[in-house]
Amino acid sequence: MATDSFDDAIAGLSKLISEKGHLGDVAAAKIKQITSELKLASSGRFDPNERIQSGFNYFKTEKYEKDPELYGQLAKGQSPKFMVFACSDSRVCPSHILDFQPGEAFVVRNIANMVPPFDQTKYSGVGAAIEYAVLHLKVENIVVIGHSCCGGIKGLMSIPEDGTTASEFIENWVQICAPAKNKIKSECSDLSFTEQCTNCEKEAVNVSLGNLLTYPFVRDTLVKKTLALKGAHYDFVDGTFELWDLDFKISGSVSV
Amino acid sequence: MTQQYSTSEVATQDLKKKLTISEKEGQEDVAAKETEELRAEISSQAGHDHCASFDPVHKIIKGFKYFLDNKFNKYPQWFQQLAEGQHPKFLVFACSDSRVSPSHVLNFQPGEAFMARNIANLVPAFNKLRYSGVGAIIEYAVAELKVENILVIGHSRCGGIQRLMSHPEDGSVPYDFIDDWVQIALTAKAKVKAEYGNLPFEEQCEICAQEAVNLSLVNLQTYPYVQRAIQDKKLALRGAHYDFVVGSLKLWELETKISDPIIIPPS
Repeated sequence: MATDSFDDAIAGLSKLISEKGHLGDVAAAKIKQITSELKLASSGRFDPNERIQSGFNYFKTEKYEKDPELYGQLAKGQSPKFMVFACSDSRVCPSHILDFQPGEAFVVRNIANMVPPFDQTKYSGVGAAIEYAVLHLKVENIVVIGHSCCGGIKGLMSIPEDGTTASEFIENWVQICAPAKNKIKSECSDLSFTEQCTNCEKEAVNVSLGNLLTYPFVRDTLVKKTLALKGAHYDFVDGTFELWDLDFKISGSVSV
Repeated sequence: MTQQYSTSEVATQDLKKKLTISEKEGQEDVAAKETEELRAEISSQAGHDHCASFDPVHKIIKGFKYFLDNKFNKYPQWFQQLAEGQHPKFLVFACSDSRVSPSHVLNFQPGEAFMARNIANLVPAFNKLRYSGVGAIIEYAVAELKVENILVIGHSRCGGIQRLMSHPEDGSVPYDFIDDWVQIALTAKAKVKAEYGNLPFEEQCEICAQEAVNLSLVNLQTYPYVQRAIQDKKLALRGAHYDFVVGSLKLWELETKISDPIIIPPS
């Protein structure tokens, strides 16, 4: 069908020019312009298959084949020191911002880098990742990294007081960090909405760190000091990174 | 690991002891010299022995500085543009495994791919009660960001798939979460057991990893925004398998088509 209308258009143009010869030059110039525009558009067309293949080829030749020792070792098994929670946002991949190389970090990425509390019905996905990282891989550090201009946190901060939601999953998911929103709304009500969101991005990380303590295997390894919990915030507007620790202790018992 | 901690603790205590003793004996100079020697010894060890002296904070600071020097500050225009908004062409599901980050394996640069990473790169079917985490990612990527491609990428020697294929037949104690999560791919397991039950376990797992990707591609279509975008030809679904043992990538596309109807009786 597309060819038909194209042919019709050409036929119409030819007819017009044959009738009104003086338009020939104008038409020629215009056709040239259209041709070059189309050329540009087709050369810039995004080809996902091509992108995936060239990406893998780059990895294979520049990394995989250049370090057979590392990749040979990694093929046998992984023993990452870090488990990292980062946002799904395309701008915050820990492989870039913290230069994590293959084998260095076990990574979970979800909307707004949230860790929900222990819940076998609602949150088996995150639970499985923590369980695997802590019990099986024995990671020594869990880092939860928030970031600037987070769409998920903005969504959380925008949920109206009456709790009505407009999305199927997003608002329900981000309410995991509702305690952070409540804290910011009550303590920082004098700040602008944008500033409140920035504060909430950091406070939500703290809620996630608190939620990590609801997993018995996390608590056990923390007490044994074989695991440490860290919070972080990456600001991609200024190019800054904040890092902090969560301390957890069970004191010696007092008998009376 | 426990030993590492105790060794360093013992060393610190030793040092403290030495210091207090020498202070008592009025030998501050000796103590200072000894401390300096110890420090030099420790720091030279830190250079050689990566394992005994791993400092996570140092690693993070070094990593971020590398990023600033080699990317963020090197291409200010690009990062300024990214700070204003993201327009990724891809949503990628990859395993949490430390060896398969798509930023390495597919060389994705900041801004190119919205990413979900979980155990065994699984996409469960639409379920508001049980799987809001994955649902929120798909909803945000497809309905808000309007990504044009979803790629589910599995990999060789996947621990999640191995667990799915071996439990509960092996009689091992169930986990709190892992077993329930990997059950999402139960039908992939059933298919592999029925069709390839005669193959060695490792080969069954490799096939299952790819079958699980196909199941995830089917499950993606249970999300209404995904369905709509596919119908409008604005979204394509792809599966892939990264084999890190031999260093190869398999890539395939899911095609869903509704054929022209057959009218009975023919006119």
